[in-house]
Amino acid sequence: MKEYLWLIVALPFVGSLVLAVAGGKISRLACAMIGVGTVTLSAVLSILIGLDFLNTNGTPFDQTLWQWIDVAGLSPNMAFHLDSVSLTFVFVITFVGALIHLYSAAFMWRDEGFARFFVFMNLFIGFMLILVLADNLLFLYLGWEGVGLCSFLLIGFWYKDPANGHAARKAFIVTRVGDTAMAIGLFILFMSFDTLNIQDILKSAPSTWAVGSGIAMTTAFLLLGGALGKSAQLPLQTWLPDAMAAPSPVSALIHAATMVTAGVYLIARTHVLFDLAPIVQTVIAVIGAVTLLIAGLSALNQHDIKKVLAYSTISQIGYMFLALGVGAWSASIFHFMIHAFFKALLFLGAGAVIWALRDEHNMFKMGGLWKKMPLVFWTFLMGASSLAALPLITAGFYSKDKIIWLAYASDQGSGWLWLAGVVGAFITALYTFRMVFVSFFGKPKAEPTKIPGMMMTIPLIVLAVLSLVGGFIELPDTMGPLTLFSDFIEKTLPVTAIADLGGTTEFIFQLITAVVVIGSVFLAYKLYFNKTFPATVPQRNPLQQFFFEGWGFDRMYNALIVTPLVFLSTIDKKDFIDQFYKGLASLAKGLNSILSSTQNGKVRWYAMILVLGAIITLTIILYP
Amino acid sequence: MNIPMEQGILLAAILFCLGLTGLLVRRNVIFMLMSVEVMLNAAGLAFIVGGAAQGNADGQVMFIFILAMTAAEVSVALALIIRMFNEFKSLDIDKASTMKG
Repeated sequence: MKEYLWLIVALPFVGSLVLAVAGGKISRLACAMIGVGTVTLSAVLSILIGLDFLNTNGTPFDQTLWQWIDVAGLSPNMAFHLDSVSLTFVFVITFVGALIHLYSAAFMWRDEGFARFFVFMNLFIGFMLILVLADNLLFLYLGWEGVGLCSFLLIGFWYKDPANGHAARKAFIVTRVGDTAMAIGLFILFMSFDTLNIQDILKSAPSTWAVGSGIAMTTAFLLLGGALGKSAQLPLQTWLPDAMAAPSPVSALIHAATMVTAGVYLIARTHVLFDLAPIVQTVIAVIGAVTLLIAGLSALNQHDIKKVLAYSTISQIGYMFLALGVGAWSASIFHFMIHAFFKALLFLGAGAVIWALRDEHNMFKMGGLWKKMPLVFWTFLMGASSLAALPLITAGFYSKDKIIWLAYASDQGSGWLWLAGVVGAFITALYTFRMVFVSFFGKPKAEPTKIPGMMMTIPLIVLAVLSLVGGFIELPDTMGPLTLFSDFIEKTLPVTAIADLGGTTEFIFQLITAVVVIGSVFLAYKLYFNKTFPATVPQRNPLQQFFFEGWGFDRMYNALIVTPLVFLSTIDKKDFIDQFYKGLASLAKGLNSILSSTQNGKVRWYAMILVLGAIITLTIILYP
Repeated sequence: MNIPMEQGILLAAILFCLGLTGLLVRRNVIFMLMSVEVMLNAAGLAFIVGGAAQGNADGQVMFIFILAMTAAEVSVALALIIRMFNEFKSLDIDKASTMKG
């Protein structure tokens, strides 16, 4: 089965190509069949290959397709490397991707760009699979830039509104800052190791670089820069809330479930380099902790249901970074997987509500939807519980609790990181249930115009089930212990080193988290349940306004970078060199207008010119 | 009777200049065509005078060529004039100036 690995990647590309060429000529149904079908086949294949992989006891598998480049010692292959980490990512990408594709076939049905949508979505899946399966960093970088491109194309999908184009450019430029850092990091890696093959680098790095040496730190920092940009972490997080201009399924797939976790994947994949730079690892943990708090507080003050989810995504990826920073590799990947399930579900649910209410994003204008859209409500509630990490019954609890526990218990953890995690959990539960109570309870303020059909509800149900039971493959020591997932991941990534604190301590810490979460849900219930809110954008005091605007990062970047750059380029527009080239252009234009005035269409005039020319020529010949 | 070459060439030059002037000042396209004929005949005359001065028949051969060429040219030109009259309802060459710029 494993030899068909390449097919998982190739299928979405084929689908994209076929739709790009023939999309305008075939019916919508055929478009949907190709778009959804190829990704579904990929998902089925990845499950089959995953089973095969488990049967062979998780031995990593390499498949080289062909040599890509061979120049001056740089000879990367088009080659895939399948191990437990990439398999987890492949599974999530194809499986969640297939569900979201199915959903979008109904969601986008009436859109004029139906075929174009699936071209981009399939292309995205293909590039994302390249990113996680690539066996060398250059190939990974190809996927990395490819998903960036698809993200740009899909954020600006409804390109007739200039604001969407602006959001798309912003996402592209902000992530480009991180990508540049990452590219420089790759140059350093190639200079030091003469190869970009990930496994080779990981093998030789510990013997080449000393722990904490300057070059190791620099490289780790540069790679982290790339990860921060793609994963929307502080200080490059500003693009993600604007990316909500994309259609909801895109937000679910790209800006919540898969692409934004590419940074997590990159750090996990090159974990050896980060082990060599302990300070950078601490920085990762601190960035994660600060991001999850900042984004959580912003989410608490949004009124646009998708913006709440966007900030919550930033916040949850903050948890994953926190886990990476304390060396809890498998916990981070575990939270990635569970997060992909419930966040995709929440975005699809929100998308269904927005779709049914004719593009209404403001949750204060919704209200009372639980009776009118019961299925959407119940699945959304399951996703929300998982996001809020309601104890015992949701998958989110098991993954998030593990991170919070390890933030304290791991060798690199500390009380402060733990505290940030717990406060983050409190804020998460509060904004999640604020969203649920405000949009689904209270007086109905808008009437749903349509009810989602099977194609939209099946993905919701599947994802809802996974958001609840997905956590049972990994139970904490106090309740199992069951470590199926971490055993699987730890075939590839190192085991988290934890201080031996005993089961009682862990239990107390879990209890604290559980009480905090339940208390927070109760607070949300008191504050928002069945209250009547005016159906407008809510009033905010200055502090809330500050949180609402994402802590003024946009304003700061505008003042510090955008405005000076625009100012400089306005000055630069009139500089000497430009004047010279402009002069050339206007000279050419002037000569052109003189010459074209001789083309006046009068035959006698032409004859006259002919005679003049003959006379001049004769004069020159006769009187040299 | 022997005509000196200078006088023959001078006659050809005068004829050529007359034709050229006609071509430049006339606006009626038929008269322009006639002026062109005059110029061609002036050129033919120059060939014949030159050939006679050399004492061989080459100049007359050239004149036959010019005559044949002129016949073809006139037939094409007349066809063009008919088309032009259909298009512009006029034989004024200045009216047919739509190819400017």
